[in-house]
Amino acid sequence: MCYTVSSGRCNFNQIKMKVLAFGIAKDIVGGAVINLDVAAGTTVMELKKTILNAYPAFEKLTALSIAVNNEYAEDTQIISTGDEVVLIPPVSGG
Amino acid sequence: MIDIQLLTSPLDLQECMDFVSNPSAGGIVNFVGTVRNQTQDKPVLKLEFEAYTPMAISEMRKIAERATVKWPVEKIAIHHRTGTLNIGEIAVIIAVACPHRIAAFAACQFAIDTLKETVPIWKKEFFEDGAVWVAAHP
Repeated sequence: MCYTVSSGRCNFNQIKMKVLAFGIAKDIVGGAVINLDVAAGTTVMELKKTILNAYPAFEKLTALSIAVNNEYAEDTQIISTGDEVVLIPPVSGG
Repeated sequence: MIDIQLLTSPLDLQECMDFVSNPSAGGIVNFVGTVRNQTQDKPVLKLEFEAYTPMAISEMRKIAERATVKWPVEKIAIHHRTGTLNIGEIAVIIAVACPHRIAAFAACQFAIDTLKETVPIWKKEFFEDGAVWVAAHP
């Protein structure tokens, strides 16, 4: 059997992820952490799409970046088990 | 030499000065970012700062390292505070010591301008009629 997930790929390997949220992202998702199951091999771009679909309010923000293991991630980066993934809404330090 | 700190307690300019001061530096430039009492003519009551701590520290360190590559920086300190800050309190200090003043001014400006673009710290402005995450919406 083939389980189609957000990536559209046949994949029996799911990664359980905790995605951390800060700033307005925390308000939008209703907490500091979202629990998600994603397919192994999911990219940052695919993860973003999943999150935007689940929380459309993110569309209204000026921008949304994703950090993986304390580094800003490119859309093509693949997410692995154990990665710390964080939603980075527009920063406003200083 | 680089000193990066993310603190919940009040920042200390003298501490930053003491860190960056050294005999071969002829110019020290300090940027002090304070909480302003109004935004677009609307009175501000207070700010709350939140950080993704490990990445905020690593991004501030990257900025300091880039500054030392681009300019002859002897020492640089970047201190940022999180939590609730009242009007007039200090949110950020950037202290840069170079042999001469031109590099010190340039490196300090670069550091604060880049911090505002890349460091995962967020501030929420509180007004009489509600609160807003700064820069979140166009």
